[in-house]
Amino acid sequence: MNRSKPKHEMPPRWATLLLKSVCPARLANELEGDLHELFEQRVKTLGLRRARWRYIKDVSSLMRPSLMKSKPSQYPNPSHTDMLQNYIKIAFRNLVKNRTYSAINIVGLSVGMTTAILIGLWMWDELSFNKYHQHYDRIARVMQHQTYNGNTSTTPATPLPMRAALQNEHAAEFTHMASSSRTEDHILAVGDKKISRKGNWVEPDFPTMMSLRIVKGTAAGLDNPTSALLSESVAEALFGDQDPINQTMKVDNKNYFKVTGIYEDLPNNTEFKDVSFLLPWKYFLQEKPWVKRSENNWGNNSFLLLVQLAPNTGFDQVSAKIEKIKARHAKEEARFDPKAFLHPMNRWHLYSEWENGVPVRGRIQFVWLFGIIGAFVLLLACINFMNLSTARSQKRAKEVGVRKAVGSLRSQLIAQFYTESILVAVFAFLLALILVQLFLPWFNQVADKQIAFPWTDGRSWLFGLGFTLVTGLLAGSYPALYLSAFRPVKVLKAAGSSLRLQAGRYATLPRQTLVIVQFTVSITLVIGTLVVLRQIQYAKDRPVGFDRAGLLSVAMNTPDLRKDSDALARDLFQTGAVVNMTKSSSPTSEVWSRDASFNWEGKDPNQLGDLGTVGITHEYGQTVNWHIKQGRDFSKEYATDSLGMVLNESAVKFMGLKEPVGARVQWNGEKYTVVGVIGDVVTGSPFMPIEPTVFMLREDWASFIHIRLNAAVSTRDAIAKLETVFKKHNPGSPFEYKFASDEYDYKFRAEERIGQLSSTFASLAIIISCLGLFGLASFLAEQRQKEIGIRKVLGASVAHLWQMLSRDFLVLVLISCVVAAPIAYYLMHDWLEQYSYRTALSWWIFAAAILGALVITLLTVSYQAIKSALLNPVKSLHNE
Amino acid sequence: MKGTYLGEFEEVVLLAVAIRTGDAYGAAVVNEIEQQLDRSVNLGAVHTALHRLEEKGLVKSEMGGATGERGGRSKRLYLVTALGRRALEEIRQLRNQMWDNIPKIAWS
Repeated sequence: MNRSKPKHEMPPRWATLLLKSVCPARLANELEGDLHELFEQRVKTLGLRRARWRYIKDVSSLMRPSLMKSKPSQYPNPSHTDMLQNYIKIAFRNLVKNRTYSAINIVGLSVGMTTAILIGLWMWDELSFNKYHQHYDRIARVMQHQTYNGNTSTTPATPLPMRAALQNEHAAEFTHMASSSRTEDHILAVGDKKISRKGNWVEPDFPTMMSLRIVKGTAAGLDNPTSALLSESVAEALFGDQDPINQTMKVDNKNYFKVTGIYEDLPNNTEFKDVSFLLPWKYFLQEKPWVKRSENNWGNNSFLLLVQLAPNTGFDQVSAKIEKIKARHAKEEARFDPKAFLHPMNRWHLYSEWENGVPVRGRIQFVWLFGIIGAFVLLLACINFMNLSTARSQKRAKEVGVRKAVGSLRSQLIAQFYTESILVAVFAFLLALILVQLFLPWFNQVADKQIAFPWTDGRSWLFGLGFTLVTGLLAGSYPALYLSAFRPVKVLKAAGSSLRLQAGRYATLPRQTLVIVQFTVSITLVIGTLVVLRQIQYAKDRPVGFDRAGLLSVAMNTPDLRKDSDALARDLFQTGAVVNMTKSSSPTSEVWSRDASFNWEGKDPNQLGDLGTVGITHEYGQTVNWHIKQGRDFSKEYATDSLGMVLNESAVKFMGLKEPVGARVQWNGEKYTVVGVIGDVVTGSPFMPIEPTVFMLREDWASFIHIRLNAAVSTRDAIAKLETVFKKHNPGSPFEYKFASDEYDYKFRAEERIGQLSSTFASLAIIISCLGLFGLASFLAEQRQKEIGIRKVLGASVAHLWQMLSRDFLVLVLISCVVAAPIAYYLMHDWLEQYSYRTALSWWIFAAAILGALVITLLTVSYQAIKSALLNPVKSLHNE
Repeated sequence: MKGTYLGEFEEVVLLAVAIRTGDAYGAAVVNEIEQQLDRSVNLGAVHTALHRLEEKGLVKSEMGGATGERGGRSKRLYLVTALGRRALEEIRQLRNQMWDNIPKIAWS
């Protein structure tokens, strides 16, 4: 090149190109100018070769980072962070400009987020159950499968000799072992202060295994048969500000224990949350005759056995080794095919249900269920956002066109739309935090939890922020990617209507699909809720078999109540508040004990005589007001009734008695005669079949006093009168009573909780969906204003316009119904399977849900449709 | 004072800008220094120094018009600011002061 132009010498071209490729555009001009000028001079003074050489040296000396990146002064080259300010400003303006849409978006999203946060907190609480205990991954309880009459039942109750056998034969597998009693109410008294709390009798290793945090004193006290450990709350209730250590307290008005240690209360999400004090196992063993008797009795499954595994083994390994331990030691128990196994602590809460010896879905199904519901409700809210944004896209198409023409990159437009959606998400998140704070107490009550929002935990904030970001991105992705892809020429040239034509009928397809998804989810939830509520009502309507109104029971928790029962009865009747009074061994709607050694004429030798047993007094029938179906109630006129039995109808069916009255039954070496049959009384779960039960006159078994109040006396007066009587006869304990109706209602707690939560979620889903529909309808109505105006001018009636505007949405909702019904049927059929006393999935539930959805849709859409149909066409047509 | 510290080369560039007041751009400054000091200077070094001086507020710059001699490319014209002038004067005064303090016998 130089040779071809010898007169006009050129600098090396490659050096210039190199500079251009590295140098920012704004600097290139002036630097090239300088280089060129110097080159020209040097060609004259130094000659071409030296000039070129200097040129190259200069270029390479210019290639330094400090020069290449230095600040722009003339042309702004905004980085993304510079634009952020602008994005936020524009996003704000857009939000304020479209107040209704922004409000719908923010409220909808925040409701969705609130739900998701609450459910998230709940799931976290469930999943972190028992993690308070340091060794929660090494602790297990020994459980057993046993088979009676072909049914395998699984229980955490074990016989006492099991512990000794494990200790003798498998000591190497365990680092700790602790037997414990069940958690029972006891009365604790210090001086005049008497309180009733739940506690356990435990072996000395228990506090160490459970890593109880000792606040005062020592955990070692349980070695001593007269020492006790208290939780902080009980210590405070008993001793107030006094130092509780080495103080003495009286338990059940009988035994004295010295407090040797105080431990931190167990949090609500632990298995032993109710255990508020620990009493020494040694005392339990020495002083309770029935426990002592059980020491070598493999047949009495009444005790908890907790173990901590040695580091070198696993739960399954040890389970396999101990499986046959009971069958080997107790030949007479082998017929039940007992199989022992370890149930690890980290599975206690969520995986604790077995059916015929096989693990089935436990509580974990609710964790999944609610997790899915939460995700769906959030999804619904995100769908709203997407739908409203895309629907409004035609309005913003021009904006996109202008921005692109002016020089926006697609990435900048995407950033712009994402900023907008993230801003909405942040607002929604802030609102959601407020809502969570407001609704947490209510939620805790419904869900039976003590969850607090972890305000101080950095991780939760990180999570919340990430969650907001993801929601924002999720909700904004469709508009951001869809809108930013518009071609500027097309959107700027085309008028609004032709743009719609260009977009074609498929442009609305994704939107319609989203609406269908939304309503499918909502309708499924609504149907599910209706079924749950129906099932609860169905069980509540079940004949209970006795009269709950005005019936209350008092636990016979101290020996005082057993001493002089005639005097107690006399005093009670004297108050005039009591109509009837009786005693029994179980609460009115429970059966607490059963025995498998009943025999009767015509019994199949392979059948196990396994019946529930309740000991009662003569007045029981009158007091609870049960229904005699055959024969008669117990009566004092027949001395032989002491060897009489009353059966319930289920027992008659179970025993296969053709002529139940007068039938002979052998039990415990005695011959009993059936005197009467009563209608079934619901015991245990009201959703389950009724247990075959025999009632016998055994006053000595009694542990409850049942009292029928006089309906003529107000409950409050009656209770006050009873209290004075009980204070007199049972001075050692506070007067505590339970109404039979409350006890009965308690059985529905779990199901009612599900019902309450699912109604809440279903209503939220419907509200969010309708909110979205409302926004969509109002937008579309606004868009078709001119069309409506012209139609009206040409003579269309309001009814016709209303029909036109509503029809599209109704069709969408109808499609959702068609999709939702089979899904809901499948899911709810599955759910109902777990109850043996269950309602049918009748068609009217589906019809009601579908009708409700249609009516709500129509109402939502009609408001906008009628509003725009009523608009004066002059107004909508006068401009343009 | 660290911010206004002037390196030797920076001082030279600043002086060159002052000398060529009204026509001080990259190439001119290079020429000036080469003439005055009789040594060759890299354009990159000069530009770096000019940028740094501008950052320190000792010179300011503006784009000049395009001229024919540079193939129609524009120049950036530098001007010494009041701060730059004071910096130069301070250096000069410091030098003079030190010169004055050299005892006569030092030269013998």
